[in-house]
Amino acid sequence: MQMKQVAGAAFSFFAAGLLMSGVTQTTVHAASSDKNETYERIQKTHKMNWGVKGDTKLMGLMNIESGKLEGFDIDMAKEITKRVDPKAKVELTQITSGTRVPMLLNGNIDSIIATMTITPEREKVVDFSEPYFNAGQSLLVKNSSDVKNIKDLDRKGARILGVQGSNSIENVKKFAPKARIVALPDYATALTALQSGQGDALTTDNGILYGMAVDNKGVKVVGGTFTTEPYGIAVDKDNPKLVKAINDAVDDMKSDGTYDKLAKKWFNDVPGMDWKEVAK
Amino acid sequence: MWSLFTSHASEFLTGFGWTILSSVIALIGSTILGLGFALLQIVPNRWANLVGKIYIEIVRNIPLLVITMFFYVVVANIFKLNGFISGTIGLTLYTSAFIAETIRAGINAVDSGQYEGGRANGMSWWETMRYIVLPQAIHLVIPPLGNQFVNLIKNSSVLAFVAGLDLMYQANMISQLTFDTFNPYIIVAIFYLMLTMPLSYYMRYLEEKNAH
Repeated sequence: MQMKQVAGAAFSFFAAGLLMSGVTQTTVHAASSDKNETYERIQKTHKMNWGVKGDTKLMGLMNIESGKLEGFDIDMAKEITKRVDPKAKVELTQITSGTRVPMLLNGNIDSIIATMTITPEREKVVDFSEPYFNAGQSLLVKNSSDVKNIKDLDRKGARILGVQGSNSIENVKKFAPKARIVALPDYATALTALQSGQGDALTTDNGILYGMAVDNKGVKVVGGTFTTEPYGIAVDKDNPKLVKAINDAVDDMKSDGTYDKLAKKWFNDVPGMDWKEVAK
Repeated sequence: MWSLFTSHASEFLTGFGWTILSSVIALIGSTILGLGFALLQIVPNRWANLVGKIYIEIVRNIPLLVITMFFYVVVANIFKLNGFISGTIGLTLYTSAFIAETIRAGINAVDSGQYEGGRANGMSWWETMRYIVLPQAIHLVIPPLGNQFVNLIKNSSVLAFVAGLDLMYQANMISQLTFDTFNPYIIVAIFYLMLTMPLSYYMRYLEEKNAH
């Protein structure tokens, strides 16, 4: 009799799960079905809510002293907002690589500018602007490490640290198929894990890695880049007006020198980094 | 949902395996440790009581995630501990404090006449515990202990934060690969239920059996 009860209970939970999954999917789609919905919302409410990083030095970092978010992506978000809707207030929401797409699809944020590489898989779920930054995947290792480049990691027993939801952990499988991937929730944890010897190298885009190396004397960027990672600004699907407005804004910033000014401001003093390389 | 499961079956099953392994190790470890610290709290030695009390109060009042991160990023500098091991140690220590309290409560609930009777018949303190008090205490603590075991299995999801390869970790990875933020977690919830529901029912069965 006990077994019957167990099986019955398990089945009813299973059924409830199926039911719930159907319900939620419908609501998600309903919320994003209107064309140009996000653009119109921005024009109406005069608020543009950006999903930005809070743990990535140089790109998007929460300054603990001032309590403000700072970085190249943050400045870009402010400048773009000015050009999309001069009256709009910039709102910044901290996201991680793992939470950004769900939050955009649920309508918590209007757009993402958060070291997000344009990939075909992501283009199926969100719309991207033209690339605004050209990063490339690289490696961060401890100063004492023998690892020179990605080939040194293509061996059994090698552990490569990354961040859940970043495409760098998918990419690196192609370059070092024998290594094991250790994916952590955010970059701060991943860096701590590298310093504690939980992995042989931390991989992600060079822009992010240089930011880590600036602050931490014990680690260095090695091996150059082994992929190209064009960053785009992501918005919910079916928002051609917003994508166009963002593209126009970026073009505008490039022609009036604002873009170069921002790139210089953030990347000029970073050792080993050529801001003209990434900011194209 | 079914198609998501079949296309990522190996990840889900791997996660299920690591979750079971971690839970089983932590269950055995925390029961032994918990029993040890429960006894430490009641042996007729004030210093031992103090050690037991300090351990329990510290461990059970720190969040599980903090204990786990401590092993993953601090202790790992000295001993090689990967995410799975750190998470399992964290889970074991954390649960052991609760189990110790549960067992101690059970021992205290046994009528003091039982203990006095044992001692009056010439048994040593240890013999009295072993043959008279503990067997009775076990009956009393089975229901609350079952709760702790169920909690332990659920808490094993802490492994996801330190790349411990468990069910929750796999769900995060699959959800971020497929951009499906709902179904992976439903599937994982079902897997957890497959572990916790039979355990709950078994504990209830033991409870009923012992009641008569």
